[in-house]
Order: sequence, then structure tokens, then C-alpha cells
Amino acid sequence: MHRMLFAACLAAFATTAPIGAAWAEPVRVGLMAVLSGPQAALGQQVRDGFELGLAQLGGKLGGQPVELTVTDDEMKPDGAVNKARGLLERERVQFVVGPVFSNILAAVFKPITEADTILISPNAGPSPFAGKNCHRNFFATSYQNDQVHSVMGKVAQDRTYKRVFLIAPNYQAGKDAMAGFKRFYRGEVVEEVYVPLTQMDFQSELAKIAAAKPDAVFAFMPGGLGVALVKQYRQAGLANIPFLSTFTVDESTLPAQGEAALGFFSASDWAPNMDNPANKKFVAAFEAKYGYVPGSYAAHAYDTAMLIDAAVRTVNGDLSDKAKLRAALEQAKFDSVRGAFRFGTNHFPVQDFWLVEVARRADGKFQTETRQRVFQNDVDAYAAECKLN
Amino acid sequence: MTATLLAVQALNGLQLGLLLFLIAAGLSLVFGVMDFLNLAHGVQYMLGAYLAVTCAAWAGSFWAGVALAVPLAGIIALVLEFLVFRQLYRRSHLDQVLATFGIILTMNEAVRWFWGAVPLRADMPDLLSGSFEIMPGLRYPIYRVALIATGLGVAAVLAWVIGRTRAGMWIRAGATHPDIVAALGVNIDRVFLGVIGVGAMLAGFAGALAAPLVSVEPGMGDNLLILAFVVIVIGGTGSIRGAFAGALLVGLVDTIGRALTTEILKIALGASGAARVGPALASMLIYLVMAAVLAVRPAGLFTARA
Repeated sequence: MHRMLFAACLAAFATTAPIGAAWAEPVRVGLMAVLSGPQAALGQQVRDGFELGLAQLGGKLGGQPVELTVTDDEMKPDGAVNKARGLLERERVQFVVGPVFSNILAAVFKPITEADTILISPNAGPSPFAGKNCHRNFFATSYQNDQVHSVMGKVAQDRTYKRVFLIAPNYQAGKDAMAGFKRFYRGEVVEEVYVPLTQMDFQSELAKIAAAKPDAVFAFMPGGLGVALVKQYRQAGLANIPFLSTFTVDESTLPAQGEAALGFFSASDWAPNMDNPANKKFVAAFEAKYGYVPGSYAAHAYDTAMLIDAAVRTVNGDLSDKAKLRAALEQAKFDSVRGAFRFGTNHFPVQDFWLVEVARRADGKFQTETRQRVFQNDVDAYAAECKLN
Repeated sequence: MTATLLAVQALNGLQLGLLLFLIAAGLSLVFGVMDFLNLAHGVQYMLGAYLAVTCAAWAGSFWAGVALAVPLAGIIALVLEFLVFRQLYRRSHLDQVLATFGIILTMNEAVRWFWGAVPLRADMPDLLSGSFEIMPGLRYPIYRVALIATGLGVAAVLAWVIGRTRAGMWIRAGATHPDIVAALGVNIDRVFLGVIGVGAMLAGFAGALAAPLVSVEPGMGDNLLILAFVVIVIGGTGSIRGAFAGALLVGLVDTIGRALTTEILKIALGASGAARVGPALASMLIYLVMAAVLAVRPAGLFTARA
């Protein structure tokens, strides 16, 4: 019985496979993002953004048929390495899009780039991969993490805030965020508070802020931490102190924060209200399809689909010559949701950064909106250390 | 660090402690009375929060949300008891830990599947929103004062039930001599079922009350569960008084510790050294307290067992 089943499968395979091969070789893309656990909302945005881009391109990239494999990295670096190998060896992908988090990127970076496969990050942008350890096969459509934090520091400096209170979780990204803020901020740091990543109640820190009476607060509190902090900040009656932040109020947390986040500031290279045709089309289609407001995670993933589309078109679907493919990616011209888009020498975008503010839309939903351009054509601080070619 | 600030931090510690008490009370009774190690207790806290948000949106009122969420959390616990816990009572603690840990993973993913991965929005009632000035320039949220009052009220009711009623007597007796209680004709299984149900409702109540303050997200009960275990280890298993004392101790040490450790270290290490060591030390404090208590009283402060 088993043997017969096996034979039947083999026969089915033998009849379908050559038909597939008779067409042009499909573009095989592996999308790796966190799709389970507490951070799944961010991975969902990446997947939805990329799949929307693909759908708008008629399910094709550069006119070629596409095989998309979506994998959940579960936020586990060792598991992610195995899944990356699966994408490379079993699915034989030419592109990997992902992941969301820097620690996962660090784990899969080598296996993917050294297999001569293109890795495009729609979010994570840790400094080593922008600088010393940059790789010809690695591209980021997001930003180098420090850039966003230093936008906030510049804003605090430009607004002449004399005393700022800093708060972040006690881990590497938290310390990097504070360092990024201080790059352009010259005023006094009243206090620099680090809380455990598992903290749910900020009352103790809020009492300190109330007593210190700073000119502004700068917070880096991703995910649920930010939801709790923002709600409690408002409840404690501190909202008259300007709230500057990064990764604390964005479209992934605003549904839970709601009114509590109104008027709070963040920094980004993109916001849903950006006034260009590509962005209008993206936001409208995204909300119609998925029923929620897209965040930068989705926007970068959408741009990634457009980037691959442009590059594959340039090489006429021939993905065998990697050098040509890389050159096509470097030079790719497409309608980005951020307006113009171009890569710097280290394969990170050279782009504008904005001060964004949480606002309520006419339909009652909340989103971040651009208020002021802080950096123009900004190149990250590590690009000079990157020696490609 | 002024005296007012210290007083505010003490209030914060009290409030965290009372929230922990609501969770630890059920955990402690279930472990003390039934010798059943239920890691899935934190799930009840998460369910309480989710159910309260959903019911409040459906009924259009925060109060109705809480009132509906608490019995629903209890019912879910009884269903879990019937399907899973019941098979585990006579098994080893390791089996209980493994099975109830499995429930945590399953319920977290079930919640994510049902409500989505994005944190939910939980509004507080208008009556309790806002803050008032307890000292010039220092405001305190009304909701948290209400939370403290509620926690104290529940603690008083529990103390009365355990100490003064017949059901409480069975629970106390069941904790130390379950076989004799059963031999005296008390349906001990029903007492156990009641303890599970009430414990789950208390945890659900804690979740419903915390929802407007914290992030309502899958897995939100996991961190609190660890704190709740610290509470019952300090307080002694099976004792409501122990859970109360342990919870307040953990709440106060954690909150005031976080506020003061860095300040105190500044004197010895300077600002940069304190900023490096302080947060790490502050998050260890409750475990140091636990170790100290265990060294002096290995069974905890108020254990129900002789």
C-alpha cells in the first residue's frame, strides 16, 4: 500500500514538475519574521506589508512568477538558523526578507549571506552590519537603529530642552538607544533609568519623573512595555511634560494606547500620512485588506517587495549572475512609500528622518503623523567603516 | 529623595503588593491545600484581563466587564480542572509542572489566535480616571488608590472566610490533614474544586483590575507568576496570612528597592557606576529577600503546615 502511494506521488511529481520548469525560473523568496509569541504583531506587519506589495504586483516580481515561503523565527536565534538553512537548501530561495529583530538577524546573517543569497532586512539594522561587518549580499530597507534615536536627541537639542529624563529597558538595545539620543543632545541628563525587560508597572519611575520635573522625557520602550508606560504616564498626570520616544508609540502599539498617546512624539523615516501617491495607495490598500493601520514595519516590507521587483526586472529575471543582481538592487528605482529611495555605499538607505506625533484621524483611529523633517539625506554613522567591493 | 517621594513609592509598593496578593492567594491555597503545583495560574490573570476588556466593550461599561470576567475566569478554571488538573493530583510535582506549563503555552497561543497579537486597549472608568495632587507638584492616579482599597477589602473578606466560616475551616483542615477531613464526611473533592474556582476568580479579578494599567497582551501573566511564587515561598504555602505578608513585602521591596538602590549606590560608586550596577541589583532584591527569609524560616513566614 505504502509502495503504491509512493509510486503515485512520484508519478504526480514527474508529470507536474517539467511543466513548471518549462516556464521561466520562478523568483523564490523566503520571508522570515516572528509570527508567534508576544512580538508576533510586528512580524505580522512585515508579512502583511510584503504580501500586499506582491499582490499589487500581480503576484509577480519583475514579471516573473514567485514562490513565497513564510517562516516563523519564533524569536529564537538557534531555531532561526535551522529555518534559514531550510529556506536555503530545501526551498533554494534567492532572496530572504526578514527578520524583525536584531538578535535573529545576527544569527542568520552569516548562513544566508555566505550562501550567496540576498538578505534584505525590513526592520533590524544593528551597527555591525552597517559598518565593519557589512556584506555585499546584505541590504536594509529600514535604517541603522541609532539614526532614529539620534533624531530625538536632535529635536531635544533644537527645542532647547535643558534637562531631559531618560528611560529604557536594561539590555543592549536600551543602552544603544540612550547613546544614540546623546549623540546630538548637549543638555543635562537629569537621570538615566534602566528597568527590567519584564517590568509592567512604572509607578516607581513615574514618581521619580514627577519629582525631577524635567523639560522632557525620552523613552525607548518597545512593545508591551511602551503600552504600559504610555498609559501610566498619562494617568499619573505627567502629560504636560513632552514625551519624546522611539519604538514606543507606533502603529503596532497605538491601538492599545489610544488617547493616552495623543501628542506624544516619535522618530521615523516614514509615517502613514506621508503625502506621495505610492504611500496613499499603500496605506489605503493595506487598511482595506487587513483592517488595521500599517506601521513602519509594514511600510519597509512593502518597499522591499517593490525593490526586488525593480531589481529582477533590470536583470530580466536572470538571477544566476549575483554580481549583476546586486548591482541591480543597488541602483534599483522604484516608487517608495517614503518618496525617493536610494542605497548608500553600505546598502543602508540614505534618507530623510522625521519627527512624528501621535494624532487621531477623522475615522477615530490613531496614527503617527510627520511634523518636521529633522535630518535630510542622512547617512548612518557606520557607513564609512563598511568596505564593500 | 525626599520623604514625600518615599511615601509615594510606599503607596506604589502597597498597590503592587495587593495585586500580587490577589494572584498569590489562589496559588498558595491550591498548593497548600491540594499539594498541586499550578503554573497555569498566571493564565487566569491574563484571561481576566482579556475577558474584562471584551465584556466591557460588549456591555459598554467597565464595571460590567469586571463583573462578567471574574465568573468567566472561574468557569474556565473549572473546565481546565475537569480536563487536565484532575488527572494530575496524584502525580509528582514534576508531572504537574510539565502539564501546567503546557497549558501556559497553549492558552497564550489560544489567546493570540482569538484576540490577535496586538495588545488590546483597556479603558478605565471615567469615575476613576485622572489624578489628584497629594502634595504640591506630586500627583497620584485615583485608579491606583481605588486599587489599594479594593485589594485591602478582598484581603479582609478572605481572612474572614478562611478564619471564621465553616468552608474556611475545611480549607484550613484540608491543608494539614486532608485524609482526616475526608474521613469526617466532608466532601474534600468539592472543597478542592471550590479552592481552584475561587483562586482562579481572584487571579482573574487581578487581571481585570490591572488591564487599564498594563499592556493586555498574550503571555502577560507569565512574569507575574514568577513573582507570585516568590510571594508564596516567602509567605509560606497554604496560608492567606502568609500570602498577604509575602505579597506586601515583595511589592514594597521591589518598588522602593528600584527607587532607592541606584541612589544609595551613587554614594559608594559614583553616578556612572551606580547606573551600571543599580538596575541589576534592584531586580535581584526580592530574590535576596526570599533567600534571607528561607535561611531563617525554611517553611516561609506563616506556613499552614506544622
